[in-house]
Amino acid sequence: MRLLLASAALVALGCGAVAAQQVARTGPGAEELQAGKRVYAHWCAPCHADVPSLAGTMSLAVKYEGSDIPAALEDRTDLPAPVISVFVRNGVAWMPPFRKTEISDADLAQLNAYLTAPLEDRGAHVPLLAEEMVRMQEGGE
Amino acid sequence: MALPPGVTETDFVDGLAAMRSAVGSEWVFDQPADLNTYRDFYSVLWGEPEEKMASAAVAPANVEEVQQVVRIANERRIPIYPISTGRNLGYGGSAPVLNGSVVVDLKRMNRIIEVNEANCSCLVEPGVSFFDMYRHLEESGSKLMMSVPDPGWGSLVGNALDSGGGYTAAGYRGHFEAVCGIEAVMADGELLRTGMGALPGSETWQQYRMGIGPCLDGLFRQSTLGVVTKMGFWMFPKPEAYLSASVEVMRFEDLEELVEIANELEYANLFNGMPGFSSPVLTRANPIVMAMVPEPEEMNRLVGETGLAAWSFSPNFYGPEKVIRAQWEYVQSRFAHIPGVRFNETGSLRLPISADEMERIHKPRFGIPSLEIFNVGSRGYGDFNPSDGHIWFSAVIPRSGKGIVEANRVMRRECERLGLNLFMFAPAVTCWTRSFVLFAAVPVYKDERNAHLREAVSEIIGICAEHGWGEYRCPPAFMDSVMDAYSFGDHKLRRVNEQIKDALDPNGILSVGRYGVWPERFRAGRDA
Ligand SMILES: Cc1cc2nc3c(=O)[nH]c(=O)nc-3n(C[C@H](O)[C@H](O)[C@H](O)COP(=O)(O)OP(=O)(O)OC[C@H]3O[C@@H](n4cnc5c(N)ncnc54)[C@H](O)[C@@H]3O)c2cc1C
Repeated sequence: MRLLLASAALVALGCGAVAAQQVARTGPGAEELQAGKRVYAHWCAPCHADVPSLAGTMSLAVKYEGSDIPAALEDRTDLPAPVISVFVRNGVAWMPPFRKTEISDADLAQLNAYLTAPLEDRGAHVPLLAEEMVRMQEGGE
Repeated sequence: MALPPGVTETDFVDGLAAMRSAVGSEWVFDQPADLNTYRDFYSVLWGEPEEKMASAAVAPANVEEVQQVVRIANERRIPIYPISTGRNLGYGGSAPVLNGSVVVDLKRMNRIIEVNEANCSCLVEPGVSFFDMYRHLEESGSKLMMSVPDPGWGSLVGNALDSGGGYTAAGYRGHFEAVCGIEAVMADGELLRTGMGALPGSETWQQYRMGIGPCLDGLFRQSTLGVVTKMGFWMFPKPEAYLSASVEVMRFEDLEELVEIANELEYANLFNGMPGFSSPVLTRANPIVMAMVPEPEEMNRLVGETGLAAWSFSPNFYGPEKVIRAQWEYVQSRFAHIPGVRFNETGSLRLPISADEMERIHKPRFGIPSLEIFNVGSRGYGDFNPSDGHIWFSAVIPRSGKGIVEANRVMRRECERLGLNLFMFAPAVTCWTRSFVLFAAVPVYKDERNAHLREAVSEIIGICAEHGWGEYRCPPAFMDSVMDAYSFGDHKLRRVNEQIKDALDPNGILSVGRYGVWPERFRAGRDA
């Protein structure tokens, strides 16, 4: 397992880390990415959203300290689909693997499409569920 | 191919084929890459020959498919292990207790069958997560909240069945205590409904829990007796307002009285939120780890030196603002005679919660799920990180000042002696009605350090038992030792559990070994 993850990380580096570009992140993003964006919002964002205190984001901030790799996964442009799949199905550090009953292979393909799309196509960052619900309530009042 | 124990290859292959035709071949998993996702990621046996792993997994989509799967297994004596969302990290993850069992993954059964606003209750399938329920309640404009544990990805059903706890009002936050009505597939494949669910046409399944005769809901808590396919819960109506406060006392000697009065107030329903008991002076270095309680003189000296209180009791209130303010005032009056006592209001808000407030609150207190808690493992606190996970050690101790002090000292002393690192230590958690549960989180690693950890934890289970403290829940590796400690009457509790097991599941297929209850055919190997 260790080996597998280590080689996945190498692949990631081999692809070249791209700095968080200054791309406008507004709107829903490209239509064909919406399914993947929903998978990301449900399964990944609770730990990996762009909030420094979340477990995934906090760990990756430590891991990539001093580099130009962003801590929030939704800002990454250096992750090839196979690497994302390895992490989803094998877990890493405190993150357990995700089963096919949670993230099906079809969902995973959508997730990969979202996380490998150009930043400008991804649209605004997904909100955390609580944030989304509060906005909905406030908007509805 | 890994075979379940006691099953021939022919029966296993034939059983999996039958399961494929029952649920669809894409929902039966027997390839290593898939089975890898069913491992307990925080296992204390990770990578060792004894690690408890599934030989296959099957994911039915409805009750009929569950019945078929159980019948197929029963006919061939294939051990099966049902999970709901399988996020039981720290207590076993999604892995079985008996190595080689077939995991029955109920995640696909994710219907919220009913939220009854008038009755303040719900009926759900096992795959419904706390995230799913919260979204449903908010999107439907419900007036209700669901009590949630810290991690929001688990299920109402799985969490309650393992006796999980949350942070909301009394009667709701001990999650099994809020259960009203269970439907389960028994080992013979037949369907049982408990309580009023047994009476055809009743509208009271989620109202009157007990029905007639022995109340059978308890058969399914931490048990090996059925595959739960539906569960009802009582739900808490969202309050108008919330208030949290603290009562701080400045002397070691004040603890006993602090706890005694707090208990009386809670049992008299004068506050309904989850109370906290802690020591500001002993948590000054790390807010989630209470240091060893020193001798009284030393503790009082530390209080003088730091200005921090010796002990604190934090009541929480949900209700109409007027009512909870009056309750808080009354609570204060009951402690006013203690020399040097300090009262603080630590937070208050009116619902609905605003976006600003949402960023500041501990969400589970308001039934709002998240995964924020996981930052404890990402260098949030302490210098032990990064570990590969953790297990929970959680023992029921007496609900008294003496209970806190003794449990704290014994645990701190023994953990130090055994070289056991704790990254969270809270001796008096109050999720479950009328009790204190001592919680300790022990970091686990995916290497040889686990052998020492297992020995140390086993020893601590024994030491706690000598003091009369038993765990309320534990990871599979320790289930036999923990059950062993409940030994009154020459282990009559376990023996009666075994008799029930043999009567209801004569082929010994369901959740084998869970919480130390083994069916007849595997009993001899229990201590192996
Ligand atoms: C950082 C951290 C914090 C945590 N905080 C809390 C907390 O605040 N409160 C808390 O309670 N827990 C907590 N936990 C423990 C655990 O993560 C949760 O209790 C979680 O909800 C349990 O997983 P689950 O809901 O997916 O249940 P599952 O894994 O689905 O079920 C648990 C067990 O119940 C049995 N079971 C499940 N479904 C069925 C069924 N349908 N029929 C028969 N048997 C069944 C199985 O034996 C299964 O192994 C925490 C864990 C971690 C790592």
